[in-house]
Amino acid sequence: MKVGFYPGCSMKGGAREYQESVSALAKVFDIELVEIPDWNCCGATAAHNLNKELSLSLPARIMALAEREGISDIVVPCAACYNRLSIVKHELEADKSLSKRVASIIDLKYEGTTQILNIIQFIDKYITDRLEEKVVKPFDYKTACYYGCLLVRPHSILKFDRVEDPQSMDVLVKKAGGDAIDWAYKTECCGAGMSVSRTDTVARLSGNIMKDAVDRAAEVVVVACPMCHSNLDMRRPEINKFLNEKIDIPILYISQVLGLAVGLDAKTLGLNRHMTEVNLPVKPAMEVPVASEPKKVVNTQKLEA
Amino acid sequence: MSASHEHTHPDTLNDEIRRETGVIVNKCYQCGKCSAGCPVATEMEYPPSLVMRMLQTEDPLHVEKLLKSMTIWLCVTCEMCLTRCPMEIDIPSLMDFMRQKSYRAKKTNPQAKKIISFHKSFLDSINYTGRLYEMGLIVDYKMRTGAMMQDVAVAPKMFIKGKLNPVPEFIKGRKKIAAIFNKVQDKKEGKL
Repeated sequence: MKVGFYPGCSMKGGAREYQESVSALAKVFDIELVEIPDWNCCGATAAHNLNKELSLSLPARIMALAEREGISDIVVPCAACYNRLSIVKHELEADKSLSKRVASIIDLKYEGTTQILNIIQFIDKYITDRLEEKVVKPFDYKTACYYGCLLVRPHSILKFDRVEDPQSMDVLVKKAGGDAIDWAYKTECCGAGMSVSRTDTVARLSGNIMKDAVDRAAEVVVVACPMCHSNLDMRRPEINKFLNEKIDIPILYISQVLGLAVGLDAKTLGLNRHMTEVNLPVKPAMEVPVASEPKKVVNTQKLEA
Repeated sequence: MSASHEHTHPDTLNDEIRRETGVIVNKCYQCGKCSAGCPVATEMEYPPSLVMRMLQTEDPLHVEKLLKSMTIWLCVTCEMCLTRCPMEIDIPSLMDFMRQKSYRAKKTNPQAKKIISFHKSFLDSINYTGRLYEMGLIVDYKMRTGAMMQDVAVAPKMFIKGKLNPVPEFIKGRKKIAAIFNKVQDKKEGKL
């Protein structure tokens, strides 16, 4: 099974472990991720803040390159890239003259035929049906699923999950054997691209998110966006300073959670790359093989890298 | 009102907003849900609902205040305001419009320098390599803002964890990317 893949810039650098875990998970389920050849940056916040045509053209080039390769589904694990690609696809669909103008700027044919899938849509389309039978090490932790902004908003364009209390990631965590807790900050903003230019703002917003998660006894927070991850993980010293507390629970990508559940090891999933150390205790449920049928027994090694 | 009469009216800012973003500012009835949900409203001079009210007045002084405000640069495009607006007013697109207008007219708030420098460093990286080169972005940003010591403590750890690439990845089509940048830049207004 082949699926188009747009990693985006973060997954080549600061969020390397996200790419590692998505690739490893896809391999377990015999899915071949085909990277869009010579893809470029989507332009992110910088482009749409300063120049509208640029913010349309950069994502359009990516989709045009995919079309040229005959790719129909593009999985975009970064929520920010997913948001930009989806919005541009929508805007160009709604305005044919704008679509023509953008095609002339990027100097490529653009039809708008590709389907943009976020990481959860990708998992639901290609993996979820076979997920539970592959779980060998239930992810038995109280888990706060953090969706952030760009995965679910704006609903009028993305049409994905509920905006105020989304459930799709919670369902996946439960299928992986986890306890997805109910909490209040699922879709509150973490501060996104302000991490460098307004670190204080990020510390406040991300701090409120982490505070609610630990107050409700979460042992781990799960995300689907490299920006959310870097704010909650890398900005932890600033968060703790803002809260005047020492919060040390780890932030995992959803692909890492599912990867652990299907028996992939911590290093393959890049757990060692997080700035906040991943020290999840091994729980009894993980030591019992789920099904009675003969299955490759996975050692219950410690989760820390 | 006849069609010909309409054409004699000069294009107001609110006409331009409607054309460019689809937002009809008069649809706002000041319920305030946008300001209540906005994660950065407490840091803004004018929370989103007040921005709407100021635009409704069509007072040039109000427009000038908005173009020179920190408000428009503090908006993180989290889309919460649009999500909760009972009139489905696309405030995030309106904020994009105001930022782009403020930037083109060189009216940006001096305190927004760091935010805008970050965006410019980000775009420079894409222009030259086709992708975001994180290390280059940070160095370029420090040069622009003079914030040389910011985050120096975190860099070595990131490097050890394999999160920083020492060399950028250049895409093959970077000339095509540079051509895109050339086409979207207004010659009169200068480089992005």
